[in-house]
Amino acid sequence: MDLITPDLGLVFWTGLTFIILMFILTKFIWKPIMAAVNNRENNIQEALDMAKKTKAEMEKLQTQNANLLKEARIERDEMIKEAKITSDSMIDSAKSKAQIEADKIVENARVSIQAEKNAAVAELKNQVATIALEIAEKILRQELSTDEKQKQLAESFAKDINLN
Amino acid sequence: MLNTTLKAFVWMVVLLLSAPVFSSSSAEGEPVDVAEMIMHHIKDAHEWHVLTYTDDNDGKQHVSVHLPIILIDGGIKVFSSKRFYHEEEAIEILTPEGETDHYLVNQELGYGIFHEEIYKLNEAGLLDFDVEGHVTNAKPYDFSITKNVFTLFFSSLLLFVLLKAAVKSYKSDGLHPPRGIARFVEPIVVFVRDDIAKANIGEAKYKKFMPFLLTAFFFIWINNMLGLIPIIPGGANLTGNISFTLTLAAMTMLVTVFSGNKNYWKHIFSTPGVPVALLPIMIPVELVGIIAKPFALMVRLFANITAGHIIVLALTGIIFTFGSVAWAGLSIPMSLFIGVLELLVAFLQAFIFTMLSALFIGEAVAEEH
Repeated sequence: MDLITPDLGLVFWTGLTFIILMFILTKFIWKPIMAAVNNRENNIQEALDMAKKTKAEMEKLQTQNANLLKEARIERDEMIKEAKITSDSMIDSAKSKAQIEADKIVENARVSIQAEKNAAVAELKNQVATIALEIAEKILRQELSTDEKQKQLAESFAKDINLN
Repeated sequence: MLNTTLKAFVWMVVLLLSAPVFSSSSAEGEPVDVAEMIMHHIKDAHEWHVLTYTDDNDGKQHVSVHLPIILIDGGIKVFSSKRFYHEEEAIEILTPEGETDHYLVNQELGYGIFHEEIYKLNEAGLLDFDVEGHVTNAKPYDFSITKNVFTLFFSSLLLFVLLKAAVKSYKSDGLHPPRGIARFVEPIVVFVRDDIAKANIGEAKYKKFMPFLLTAFFFIWINNMLGLIPIIPGGANLTGNISFTLTLAAMTMLVTVFSGNKNYWKHIFSTPGVPVALLPIMIPVELVGIIAKPFALMVRLFANITAGHIIVLALTGIIFTFGSVAWAGLSIPMSLFIGVLELLVAFLQAFIFTMLSALFIGEAVAEEH
């Protein structure tokens, strides 16, 4: 059967054509296409990897931020607490100092008031003594203004003395 | 887009179905030898017959493309096949089966052509036949650009042009999604790479064989498809020709044998686990295996494509066998069905050929396991 008998000419041309075609297609077609496809696939892979990496980094950053925020909050709270304590103690000390000062002032005032009072009392005593002397003088002058009266007085004294 | 594709498809189907009508030469009332028509179609030819019509004087007019004949017979001889088919007279003979047949001669050149085989003429300018009806004349080496050789060149060129257009769209930076033809070519290239080469040969070694596998796949596929187009430049039964499939299968065998590693040859010449006494039997069996695998490739492609051509032609031939147009109601839907099926087969056979080639190569380069 010539249907299944290979023909030399066609075998030759097929072989030649196929080999030449394979070299031409490899050089001009397969290499550029494969390079482009691989390039694209690599790019996509890289982009995917990068996205994954970025996501992980973002998450890391976010947790870092959260931690930082937490720490800052704690620090702030501590600072507020400390400040409060400091201010409280400052107020307390100021208060006690003021109290002491006030007490001192009051004490001083009291002392000087006492002194003034004493001085005033002494003055008053002097004045009263002076006035009393003057009154006594005036009264004496009145009593001893006549000889009769002098006599009378002398008599009254003498009476008293007699009684002794 | 879809509409254009559909239109192109419908045109293709119409042309597909009209092919046998063109190629059958029937005057009114004359019976058509469908079997002869089919055999003529699936075989190679030195001219490309396009159509035959009957002129006003009831004479048959053939429209053919005359392809060059190249013979090596004490030097290279090149001439047009026109000098056989339409210049010279046909010589009638009686076959041993009692049927009339004919051959063509060109006595000036000294060659005759019988059933598309070229022979040297004897001194009387004729061919000699033995009792079984075989020609006994000497044959020159025939390297003619036959119908199939022309298809080889045409399909290679077409493939190159189409693929070149695909490559063009990658010119920028290659990062864009494929455009135009590349959108169609790239998935197939990736398919061949991932599902054929990587799957069978392995990630480490597949790269070296990609050019062979890709070329084999696209070459077989485009020729399968061209074979389905009924008129010139399609319609040649190239991938259903044993010479073509033999050559491609031989390529696979050569690639397999020459890339076979130590492990592969060890399996052939001292199969592990086989007693030494059995080796004289095993070695020939394994050696036959080297041939048998590509032989199966050769037969599979040849038989599938030839069968497809025969079925489409036979179904259309029903109309001429029964001599009634009414049969078209049956034969055309059936041809259409087979024609569409053949589109699938065209891809499938290219895939199977490439797949099995990759499998054989994969076995040859596999590391010890």
